[in-house]
Amino acid sequence: MKLFVFPRWANKTRALAGVALGVTPLYLIGLVWYGASPKTTDVGYMPVQPVPYSHALHVGQLGLDCRYCHTTVEKAGVAAIPPTATCMNCHTKVHTESPLLEPVRQSWETGTPVEWVKVHDLPDYVYFNHSAHVVRGVGCVSCHGRVDEMEEVHQQETLSMSWCLDCHRNPAPNLRPPSEVTNMTWKPPGDPVAFGQSLIEKNHIAPPTDCSTCHR
Amino acid sequence: MDAVRNDNPFAVAPRGDNPFAKITDNVSRIVEAERPPRAWYIAFGIALMLLTIFLSAITYLAWEGIGVWGNMIPVAWAFDIINFVFWIGIGHAGTLISAILFLLRQNWRTSINRFAEAMTIFAVICAAIFPGVHIGRPWLPYYMMPIPNQMEMWPQFRSPLEWDIFAVSTYATISILFWYMGMIPDFATFRDRSKTAIRRFLYGIVAMGWRGSSRQWHRYERAYLILAALATPLVLSVHSVVSFDFATAQLPGWHATIFPPYFVAGAIFGGFAMVVTLAVPARQLFGLKRIITIDHLELMNKILIATGLMVGYAYGMEFFVAWYSGSMYEGFTFINRAFGQYAWAYWTMIFCNVVTPQLHWFPKIRRNPWATWVIGVIINIGMWFERFVIIVTSLARDFLPSSWGYYVPTFVDYMMLGGSFGLFFTLFLLFCRYLPMVAMAEVKAFHPSVLSHGHGHGEHHGESHDAPVAAHAGH
Repeated sequence: MKLFVFPRWANKTRALAGVALGVTPLYLIGLVWYGASPKTTDVGYMPVQPVPYSHALHVGQLGLDCRYCHTTVEKAGVAAIPPTATCMNCHTKVHTESPLLEPVRQSWETGTPVEWVKVHDLPDYVYFNHSAHVVRGVGCVSCHGRVDEMEEVHQQETLSMSWCLDCHRNPAPNLRPPSEVTNMTWKPPGDPVAFGQSLIEKNHIAPPTDCSTCHR
Repeated sequence: MDAVRNDNPFAVAPRGDNPFAKITDNVSRIVEAERPPRAWYIAFGIALMLLTIFLSAITYLAWEGIGVWGNMIPVAWAFDIINFVFWIGIGHAGTLISAILFLLRQNWRTSINRFAEAMTIFAVICAAIFPGVHIGRPWLPYYMMPIPNQMEMWPQFRSPLEWDIFAVSTYATISILFWYMGMIPDFATFRDRSKTAIRRFLYGIVAMGWRGSSRQWHRYERAYLILAALATPLVLSVHSVVSFDFATAQLPGWHATIFPPYFVAGAIFGGFAMVVTLAVPARQLFGLKRIITIDHLELMNKILIATGLMVGYAYGMEFFVAWYSGSMYEGFTFINRAFGQYAWAYWTMIFCNVVTPQLHWFPKIRRNPWATWVIGVIINIGMWFERFVIIVTSLARDFLPSSWGYYVPTFVDYMMLGGSFGLFFTLFLLFCRYLPMVAMAEVKAFHPSVLSHGHGHGEHHGESHDAPVAAHAGH
């Protein structure tokens, strides 16, 4: 039997293999780095809601306070989704015939809640408490973005673990007086870092970073 | 041939009168045979069955969680880590044979180094599985690697468990490189002897165009030396790092400075026991008695006596230090070890590791293959029990009597232990069937007829053209 000889073109495969071995890991790293990043997978998540409720209209133009609907945000872990009754406070008088509001009226008549879709959904193994943050002066806008400009709410930030840790390790840039938490346009007076620092001292802000803070 | 031995007392080369062609034939026919011996099929069937059990146990474990094991506070480490240390220790004999004995010019190693290296790699694969699954979430082992991630999590570099990751992965990489590179000339032999196109193609690919030119041999020798030099510290470092898993803890019975050398000696002891356990049936089954001779078994048995005495010394020294330290916890731990609830395990270990190897002082026993095999198996059992004793007895009776406990393994624990042997033997039997079990080229290099060239004894001269004599013979 003839001896085995690599065909001449096999010489080229050595260079190709070199390129492949060099480039493939870089490509895979890049793919995972970009593709599996929460910036790609989570930011911009905007599910279709049963009713196209516009925060831009209600908050931005009409000036409703966040807490008018999300009533529990200062006292509880969860920022409550309002019941249909909250909508009907106005919509028994305003736009009573609007076809867009049909699901709300139906809910009002039957007593079954509107099935809103949760946008900012953390994994079940993460404990997050709204009141702990709001009371200490972390503004709504820090995590949820300019909701007052969103026609439909989408996720603005990554909500990744490193994103949480960034603030827990250096809270100063995201602090404000607790009275201003719902203010979407609040700007720190003077130097933001120095002002944040003064709030840390004044309000005794010391965010924990151990695992069991969030993974209980 | 006898004249050769007188000229060069250190050349304990594969003795007997195999000319080169016979060596090639002897090794190649194992792979080229139409069918392996019937015993191979039986062994492979049993191995596959155990492997299936292993995979089922791992699947069940991943599905249910590590609660299916008997591990329970205070004994949080049990079979998982015992098996890990057991398997990683087995590997050390292969590296010792291929690296340290090479640098020390122990030429007799050429008959056994190939399959000892194979054993190393398969043992490391078995070992790596246990820490991988004992983390409880086997899909997250990448947490142990320093990979930048969106959780800003980073491995704890102060933990010896993290050092383990690097010690073992380095060890696996070097061992695989060493093993594969050593096989290239033998693959070329297989390629050139192939009778079918598919064989010729497959062995041709893995032989990477080896032609046996002197330039290729020159590079091969250089690379071999470099890899041997890289692997040499690993023989000592890998099991030292494994011992740090225990030695850096503050638990009496673990927190001991003797641990690194004690573990390394134990690893080589257990590894050589595994080599003889595999060598005896392999030489019998595949007709390699003239390549792996009784002399080789005897040399390995002598190493078993030496390393067995070392571990015996370590067992004794642990007791001495426990007394000499004056620490009441340390003293209690060791008295408890020998006379407490796990005394049965302790005395099993002493019997297997300290008493049994002493039989090798008798030439009749150490030159008898089946006695060698039985003693090898007993030592393997003993070395498994050594890890059991270290891990379980120390954990079950720690500082606070209120937290004492008794560890009982579950059925899944036994499945994982038995199953890991299935993985090991499946890989090993496939290796025996498809890869060169003996380093043909290296064996030839130290064959008596090569060594005799310079002294005018070259009676096999005419057949030496197919061996790398020029590059290898070194004189």
